[in-house]
Amino acid sequence: MASKAYDAGVKEYRDMYWTPEYVPLDTDLLACFKCTGQPGVPREEVAAAVAAESSTGTWSTVWSELLTDLEFYKGRAYRIEDVPGDEESFYAFIAYPIDLFEEGSIVNVLTSLVGNVFGFKALRHLRLEDIRFPIAYIKTCGGPPAGIQVERDRLNKYGRPLLGATIKPKLGLSAKNYGRAVYECLRGGLDLTKDDENVNSQPFMRWRDRFEFVAEAIQKAEQETGERKGHYLNVTAATPEEMYKRAEFAKALGQPIIMHDFLTGGFTANTGLANWCRDNGMLLHIHRAMHAVIDRHPKHGIHFRVLAKCLRLSGGDHLHTGTVVGKLEGDRNSTLGYVDQLRESFVPEDRSRGVFFDQDWGSLPGVFAVASGGIHVWHMPALVTIFGDDSVLQFGGGTQGHPWGNAAGAAANRVALEACVKARNEGRHLEREARDILMTAAQSSPELAIALETWKEIKFEFDTVDKLDL
Amino acid sequence: MAHKAEVGDFQTAQTLETFGFLPKFTPDEVVGQVEYLIRQGWTPAIEHEHPSQCANHYWTMWKLPMFGERDLNTIMSEIEACRRAYPDHHVRLLGYDAYTQSQGLCFVVHEGHAR
Repeated sequence: MASKAYDAGVKEYRDMYWTPEYVPLDTDLLACFKCTGQPGVPREEVAAAVAAESSTGTWSTVWSELLTDLEFYKGRAYRIEDVPGDEESFYAFIAYPIDLFEEGSIVNVLTSLVGNVFGFKALRHLRLEDIRFPIAYIKTCGGPPAGIQVERDRLNKYGRPLLGATIKPKLGLSAKNYGRAVYECLRGGLDLTKDDENVNSQPFMRWRDRFEFVAEAIQKAEQETGERKGHYLNVTAATPEEMYKRAEFAKALGQPIIMHDFLTGGFTANTGLANWCRDNGMLLHIHRAMHAVIDRHPKHGIHFRVLAKCLRLSGGDHLHTGTVVGKLEGDRNSTLGYVDQLRESFVPEDRSRGVFFDQDWGSLPGVFAVASGGIHVWHMPALVTIFGDDSVLQFGGGTQGHPWGNAAGAAANRVALEACVKARNEGRHLEREARDILMTAAQSSPELAIALETWKEIKFEFDTVDKLDL
Repeated sequence: MAHKAEVGDFQTAQTLETFGFLPKFTPDEVVGQVEYLIRQGWTPAIEHEHPSQCANHYWTMWKLPMFGERDLNTIMSEIEACRRAYPDHHVRLLGYDAYTQSQGLCFVVHEGHAR
């Protein structure tokens, strides 16, 4: 290679970082950004600026660039596409060489791709829509500590979605009363209960007391029902040291599963905890507090499909995905798109689901999709249809709000779930025949009959804020 | 809230996992699930265990999994043969899914009465 002369000053980004002739390599990490530039800035310059600022570039040429081969390390904007129905924004596709990223570090990938570039003045908005992780990079990540298949074997749950609930009220119960609520849900037919994400170790209920009472609740419910049970013990804490201390105690109590909040806790904590879970035979449930801050605005931030992919690589056995039908935001096709990313071994590009790239997951285990938030028995046929068997359906208020209490509420949901699975297996159409399936099941379950009556009028029909661009 | 007499008492039951909360299946309902298993291309298998041991992961296999078996009547008659050979045992039907290395279906078709 001939040496170059140093030419100080500010160059246009597109001279170096806009390369429409480039054919991405199988080892490249590919990203799709939705860009909204300041008025008057050409699209190519915006795309090139994003590629530069998220890889090797800075605003001014520096002499030390000439000590390396930037052609080898730079990110490249290689394609621009219109956003359907949107005049001011466009998609920029950028390819990053794999050597820009430390192996097995989602932290490092995100620090580059969604770092300073998001505050760049030439942009009004910027949204990371999708990442194609090369299989070579995926092989450096630990992924889910157990995965769907191993969890089913450990918990002896086959041929249906798992059933759960978040214990309510979410704050304020004493440890002993909390354990009571857990026991009632589990004896009534739930497979799993969950600490609310806000429950860590507050003055009204310290973590150690909660863990001990919950362990007793699980043991009793397992003995009485002949089924395996669990409770997501939330080990999210102020420091990693404290988090591991709580995880170790959950293990010492013989518990099957713990829980972490991957965004508020951070990817460093999450990846470390996932590795600990893999080493210690513990399942890991992942909550997603703070996600809507990052993913809800259609033109700025990070789409949840990216956060979901990052979580599968960082490690988790369950991830909350929204419900489509409940109280929280979530477009159906978009949700199906990232649910595939959690569970499948290969996901082809499909713009109708917001999937911008083929994604090969190799042998990485799958993650259960968790549907939780404002759902009740009337939603069951739709939930089983949308999420399929490899999901956890969580009814908090929809279990514990039952007029007879938690156990009866749990039983109502379990009967509804099993009636839907049975009907589906018989070839019936769950969503069209929903009413008939549920009403028939209620004839042999007074608990379900009362639940159907209690929640018959509750709907959450608001328009989705973040729609797919189609 | 004053106590309401109409609040019911939920009794805990041994429910033994999937379909444990539905009324016992009639033979026709079992047939419906076996047909599903066959349509999915899974391998039918039968296991049985004494109720006192049923919390274990492993139950005793009835013969071998029925690799390649697509005939509904054969599967139904093997379930019946297992039940007759071990009348006091729980009997469950499994569908082995070789792709996921899991079981696509698993439920107790007959409950043994000895406790």
